[in-house]
Amino acid sequence: MGRTAVTLEINAQSCAFDLDNRTTLLDALREHLGLTGTKKGCDHGQCGACTVLVDGMRMNSCLLLAVALDGAQIITVEGLSSDAALHPVQQAFIDHDAFQCGYCTPGQICSAIGAITEAASGWPSAVTPQERPLGPVPLTAPEIRERMSGNLCRCGAYVNIVNAVTEAAEAVGEAAR
Amino acid sequence: MTTMEHTLGASIARLESRAKVTGTARYAAEYVTDDALYAWPVPAGIARGEITAVHTEAAMTDPAVVVVLTHQNAPRLHPVEDRTLTLLQSSHIAHRGQYIALAVATSLEAARSAAGAVLVQYKADHHDVVLAEDHPGLYMPEEIDGLWPGTREHGDFDTVYATAEIRTDAVYTTPPMHNHPMEPHAATALWDGDALTVYDSNQGSVTVQHTLAQLFGIDAGQVRVVSEHVGGGFGSKGTARPHVVLAAMAARVVGRPVKLAVPRNHMPAVVGHRAPTIQRIRIGAGRDGCIQALAHEVVTCTSMVGRFVEAAALPSRVMYIAPNSRTAHRVTRLDIPAPSWMRAPGECPGMFALESAIDELAYVCGIDPVELRIRNDPQVEPDSGLPFSSRHLTECLREGARRFGWHERDPSPGTRYEGRLLIGSGVAASMYPVVILPSRAEVRADPDGHYWVRVNATDIGTGARTVLAQIAADALTAPLGYVHISIGSTDLPEAPLAGGSSGTASWGWAVHNACVRLRGLIEHSGGSVPAGGLSVSADTTEDVKSGQEYARCAFGAQFAEVQVDTDTAEVRLRRLTGVFAAGRILNARTARSQFIGGMTMGLSMALMEGSTMDPEFGDYAERDFASYHVAVCADVPAIEAHWIDEEDPHLNPMHSKGIGEIGIVGTAAAVANAVHHATGVRVRTLPIRPDTLLPHFA
Ligand code: FES
Ligand code: FES
Repeated sequence: MGRTAVTLEINAQSCAFDLDNRTTLLDALREHLGLTGTKKGCDHGQCGACTVLVDGMRMNSCLLLAVALDGAQIITVEGLSSDAALHPVQQAFIDHDAFQCGYCTPGQICSAIGAITEAASGWPSAVTPQERPLGPVPLTAPEIRERMSGNLCRCGAYVNIVNAVTEAAEAVGEAAR
Repeated sequence: MTTMEHTLGASIARLESRAKVTGTARYAAEYVTDDALYAWPVPAGIARGEITAVHTEAAMTDPAVVVVLTHQNAPRLHPVEDRTLTLLQSSHIAHRGQYIALAVATSLEAARSAAGAVLVQYKADHHDVVLAEDHPGLYMPEEIDGLWPGTREHGDFDTVYATAEIRTDAVYTTPPMHNHPMEPHAATALWDGDALTVYDSNQGSVTVQHTLAQLFGIDAGQVRVVSEHVGGGFGSKGTARPHVVLAAMAARVVGRPVKLAVPRNHMPAVVGHRAPTIQRIRIGAGRDGCIQALAHEVVTCTSMVGRFVEAAALPSRVMYIAPNSRTAHRVTRLDIPAPSWMRAPGECPGMFALESAIDELAYVCGIDPVELRIRNDPQVEPDSGLPFSSRHLTECLREGARRFGWHERDPSPGTRYEGRLLIGSGVAASMYPVVILPSRAEVRADPDGHYWVRVNATDIGTGARTVLAQIAADALTAPLGYVHISIGSTDLPEAPLAGGSSGTASWGWAVHNACVRLRGLIEHSGGSVPAGGLSVSADTTEDVKSGQEYARCAFGAQFAEVQVDTDTAEVRLRRLTGVFAAGRILNARTARSQFIGGMTMGLSMALMEGSTMDPEFGDYAERDFASYHVAVCADVPAIEAHWIDEEDPHLNPMHSKGIGEIGIVGTAAAVANAVHHATGVRVRTLPIRPDTLLPHFA
């Protein structure tokens, strides 16, 4: 099978690989780098467990071929916090018990970070009113529910996830001000 | 010891929460083993018949492929009770999707591609895969799961029903449902001589250990099973599943570690599922709504390879006064994947039917459904005649009604419009029995005040580590931070599975006993721990025999409000309130999450879940998340779970009942009853999708 040399910047570290062209970003992370924090729930873009940030945007890493991402900046759940401090979204997930088994959690957290950024950048969702002032979209509970619906949680932690994202969005907003 | 804080019952964050939010918690496929190979299974392409030839040449052309195992070259396995586990042993195919070969390669990509290149030829037999009320193969099992009689009769149902003032008679059906934990079943297996280590995703590593030992003809002591973090199970990981057997088999053949994660779209065929049910419920009652006769007759199916029966009539043996009753199951064997446990097997589909039927009775009698349930609340368990150790269904109904604002409700169906939406509310009861299994545990005290608790419990997302640490801290009167807990490995004292909502009670009892005795020892040695430390172990085999003179169950009540779009017939849940009586709640935070999680899965069952058996191919048509819909965040508005303080001394030293399953019991009926209240349409078939309701709005 064909192979390609590719360099990705993963959690602020440059990583050079020689990869089977069929390798997804998800498998590159999990099987080649040992970054197993990113989860494989379906391998088909249907569950969101594999969500990571690619150049700042949330994406399903199981749907991305690693060799197509040369030079991209990837942030995974392992790259969100330092030893000292958790990312506000991570902390909010703990404070609100926004998970049970934890398998969807890294994807939920990366997705929440992406969603907060998207809303702050004024991106509408399906529930955003059409008539609205330009600028950031306030992350109300319905907005969060809509924007987080690409991430399945079979344990059914959604109610707590919405509370966690609500709180984290405020914390991230504060920090940005 | 510094403080005497009361840790039991407190809202303590999960001990592994930091590991789970930073991605360091390791699941079964995530143990780095440098020279590990990857395995990808090949599912059978027919529902019944024989393999006549397997061609692996094409698959083997890639040098990355190490071996393709088939029934012709796989190691021989010893028989075990669960016949879905004697894999690659014969050419016979018992259901479509059954694993018939395994490609093993140095990369996932190569393994997957090789599996796809395996060419299998079959001689297909006629298959029989569709459950029907009049299926000729239906039989009445004498016993179900070796635990319950298949049929029970009290009094004279037929006569009393025939002469009752009020009679209801309806059939409720539930479709096949799939557990789909977010972590697919996975294992990493490695052999060292005759010693096997597997990192496996399961709900209880002891049965996996024993099953593997039996299959490979080795001592259980030579099998080590590690299940440190498990990404959900909901019953589907209750015992060993095919993946772990195949991983161990492949690792033995190649002499290297092997990883196998079940592809999501294989799961419906190989990890178990909830069998479909057809349930007829007949109720004879007085005009006052008091039940005189009740029949709950279940038709369901099982597989050719398994024996599991969905015991959906069991709730009718527990819930309401019914002096003349019949609860019966009829089952047929089909050429389908083996059904198995799915969250509250029996109770969950059974209570959909019973609690819908009760709502229908209330409607016919013109009695409020909360009141009707209270009128039929029994003093003793109707089937066994045993007194309840505690039963607070009435209190849950009253408290739920108060919180939900039930009494402002206008009972007439199909009358409340908000624009083009119809609004309605419904109620249903919840119930789940108390199960407690024998367990062992050990605790050691160090002179520096630290305690080390060891018990082979499994945390599938319940918060087992945390609640066990709380139980230990409480029994030791030690601060929680001084209690260290090890779970999830067969290196630890033997403990039962996380299933039947039995985990906390079973493991916790052993932990409690060990800790209480250790505290006694410490007190005995003058309040200090000697230099070498002190340890105590406990075994609750005898203890758990107590309490059998009571019927022991947790109860609850759920109230749902829905809106139904009269143009699209889409049902959306607006709010759901549950109140539970489940003994003492040991960790308010994780308990609430479990209740809400169960209710969320229940609403998913009500409105979305269900797969269809393809009669032609003998397979479930919905095998992935694009086709098998589960509730997503946008489907889940306000869900509240509350509980009432329940003191029950007949359970265990913590006075707790299991809470992992009760949340899903009754939810679907509450939603269906709310749909009836909203629209006047009684839906007796799940899930309630637009295509069910739309014809009624024409
Ligand atoms: S694993 Fe990528 S979306 Fe499910
Ligand atoms: S926490 Fe288990 S799937 Fe979300």
